[in-house]
Formats: sequence, structure tokens, C-alpha cells
Amino acid sequence: MYPSRFNYEAPTSVEAAIALLTEGDGEAKVLAGGQSLIPMMKLRFASPATLIDINNIPGLDSHGADADGTYRIGALVRHADLEKSTTLPDHLPLIASAAHLVADPIVRTRGTFVGSVCHADPQGDWASCMVALGGSIVAQGPNGKRSVEVKDFVAGPFQTVLAHNEIAIEAVIPAAKGTRAGGYLKLERRVGDFATAGVGLALDMSGSTVNNAGIGLTGVGAQTINAEAAAAALIGSSLEADAVENAARLAAEASNPRSDHRGSADFKRHIIATFVKRLASNVQRAEAQVA
Amino acid sequence: MTLFEEVAPSGPPSDIPTTRVELRVNGETRAAQIEPRLLLAHLIRNGFKLTGTHTGCDTTNCGACTVLYDGQPVKSCTMFAVQANGHDVTTVEGLASSEQLHPIQEGFKDEHGLQCGFCTPGMMLSAVALLNENPNPTEDEVRWALSGNLCRCTGYQNIVKAVLWAAEKMRGDA
Repeated sequence: MYPSRFNYEAPTSVEAAIALLTEGDGEAKVLAGGQSLIPMMKLRFASPATLIDINNIPGLDSHGADADGTYRIGALVRHADLEKSTTLPDHLPLIASAAHLVADPIVRTRGTFVGSVCHADPQGDWASCMVALGGSIVAQGPNGKRSVEVKDFVAGPFQTVLAHNEIAIEAVIPAAKGTRAGGYLKLERRVGDFATAGVGLALDMSGSTVNNAGIGLTGVGAQTINAEAAAAALIGSSLEADAVENAARLAAEASNPRSDHRGSADFKRHIIATFVKRLASNVQRAEAQVA
Repeated sequence: MTLFEEVAPSGPPSDIPTTRVELRVNGETRAAQIEPRLLLAHLIRNGFKLTGTHTGCDTTNCGACTVLYDGQPVKSCTMFAVQANGHDVTTVEGLASSEQLHPIQEGFKDEHGLQCGFCTPGMMLSAVALLNENPNPTEDEVRWALSGNLCRCTGYQNIVKAVLWAAEKMRGDA
């Protein structure tokens, strides 16, 4: 399968890429890992007139924590970079536990974290993680940078608020209020399949008390779901059984799954509730080991 | 109209915009004049005639087209050839030396790691990438590393054995 013809550009600076996007006037697309864009171009769901390959732009391929704990993930950080990172689990257990569940091992060597968020697939794992963590995307355009929280960044299925001449240059996750805990669980029929359902849980803890919580749901609605009420039910708790039960019920209620070949809507809601409980109990078990 | 033309002896065939790429394929520098939309898999197979790289599903699912790109396994049907300009590509043809099979190839032979053989090149390149990073993988780690490569014949049992065989052999050689 061949995509339609396009002009290929490989700029070496973000500014040059933005100039090309501006010139493209809505008919240009940014190519990072290409693991969603290229299949879409081959199926001709996407036919950009110009493809702007950002892989030759230096400085976008690193991830790490600032002195204040803010974590930054550059636009060219691949899923595999996160999967193989030895420092990430301490900073961001949620991201670390999701990294090896994204797509398959070969796709993970090319596909990027930021690109996946920008693709805004309701089945995408990273947008759920970012929503749970209260993370943002930094978009750079001709007039400079702006930061958009991922819960507002994703505007619908495969839609974001990114302007045609903006590039998402990094993902930013705010510092934890306490110790970071949490994780990601995904039910998939086989590696590389779309998620039947997935849950990302991010907790900031002081001892056993939850200071802050976020829950993102994957694959159970027309877009990534920010289960705010469910997360709120955990804040201030010590993950007691009734608080967790309540959060699990609220998360299932926040989901809006469809019955399909991957399972009935009821089944998927059940999975969401089960995953919330399982993630909370994993956090408690990890704490018990530390104590 | 073809989508590629090897540079020598003649130039690009028509007025369709093409670009020149130069990449190292199995250690040898190769150049081609290509349309940007040409997929890496097609440059390798049809341009360079290295038909060991198979195109299976052509939809980023099966991993039959896996090659090593700067040492990392990638699906060559999901990259444009123009992106490989200046980079290193290893295909299955690059595994064996003229006299000696690569241990992974010996492993697949000894452990009967293939039936129809269509997925085998991709399987072997994913396995080589694993063994380069982790010379002593567990069975679980092998299965996980190969989870992006589909095989419809074997049930994977002997493929996993073949990779573990090669791991042992490579550790012995080192």
C-alpha cells in the first residue's frame, strides 16, 4: 500500500519545522515515530501534502526530572526509551508500568510518547496516563510556547486543540505532592491489539494517606476519560476498602463503553472497576513491603 | 512509473519529484533515487533486491518486515525509505558471514524454529536485537521480545527454543 504523494521535509530546528507547518497551511503533518501516522497514510485516511520529519531535530529525545520534580518527556522519546529507563520507575511508576504495554516491542522502538498523546486515539494508553497525572503538552508555534493540560488537549477522537502551525515539543508532568504511587493495567486480547479496557491510577501519597489522585480510562469511550469523581473519592483516604470500592464504582460509571467483539459494555465496566481495585491494592502491597 | 530507481546507471525516470538517499545496508553503502512515499520495506525488497525481508500484513501488525535500524528492530513497512538516509539497516541477509551462519540461524535450523518460514527473517532480527541487549534471557523475556512478530505455523514453541539455543551458543562463543 502506498500513501499519496507528499513533499518530504526534514528540518533541523523546531523553528524551521514551525515555518514549514505555517507554509503548509493545514496540509502539513509532523512525522515523529510514524507508528500511527504512516499506517493511516497507507490506508489514505491521512493524505498530507507535506510531511515534516522532526527526527533530525536535536534536543527532543531526552526525558528526566527537573530539580523541583517536574518531569519532562521530549517529542522524540520513544516508548522503548521509557520502557528501558532505570530511573523512571522511581519518578513515575504509572508511566513505567504502562510503557511495556504500549503496542508491541517493535512499534515501541519507533513510536513516541508525545506523538501518541497527539494522535488522541481513545485507545491510546499515554493520554490516560497523562490525564491521571495532571500532565500537560507544551505546544510551540510562531508566537512561542503554550502549555495545555492533556484533559483539555484531547478534544475528541483523534482530535486535539493543537493549531496547524504548532508542534507538541514535550510532555510535562507536575511534581508529586508527596511520594508518587500508582500503575497501569490494560486488558488486551493479544499484544498489539487495541485495549478492551485500561486504567491508569496516579497517586501522590504521604505515608499511607492519599494527597492527590488521578484516574484515566482507556478504550471505554469516544475519547480518553478523566474519571475525576472516582479520583476525588480517594483523596484524603488511606485506600481503605470502602474508599476504593467507591472509587471503583465511580470509575465504572464514568466509563462509556460500547459492546463489541472485545466484550459487552457491562463486561468492560466490570473490568474498569476491577482494575481500579487491583491498582489500589498493588499500591498498598508495595507500601507494606517498604514499611 | 516505478517508485524507485537505483541511481546507477540511469537517473530518475520522470518529472515526479524524487530524492537521493544513501544508507548502509548490511555494512555496504547503497544509494537510490526515490520518491519520498516509498516504504523502507519496498526499497529493500524491490530496489535493493534483498527479498529476505518479507512484507506480510503491510499494516504494522505482523512484524515479518522487521529489520534492524541503527541496531533497533523496526517494521520496515512503517517507515519511509527516505528516513533511512544516512542510517544503518541490517536485513536477514546481513546475519550470516560468507562461511558461517549466525547463531540465531543455526538455532532456528537445529531447533526446527520454522515451518513455512515467512515470519522467520523478522523473528530472527527481533531475536538478535534482544540477544544484543540481553545475552541471557529467560523464556518469558524471549516470548515478550518476540510478541510483535506473528507466526501462524509453529505455535512459537520451537522459535523460543531456537532463540534460547542461540543465546547459549553466543554466550559460549564470547
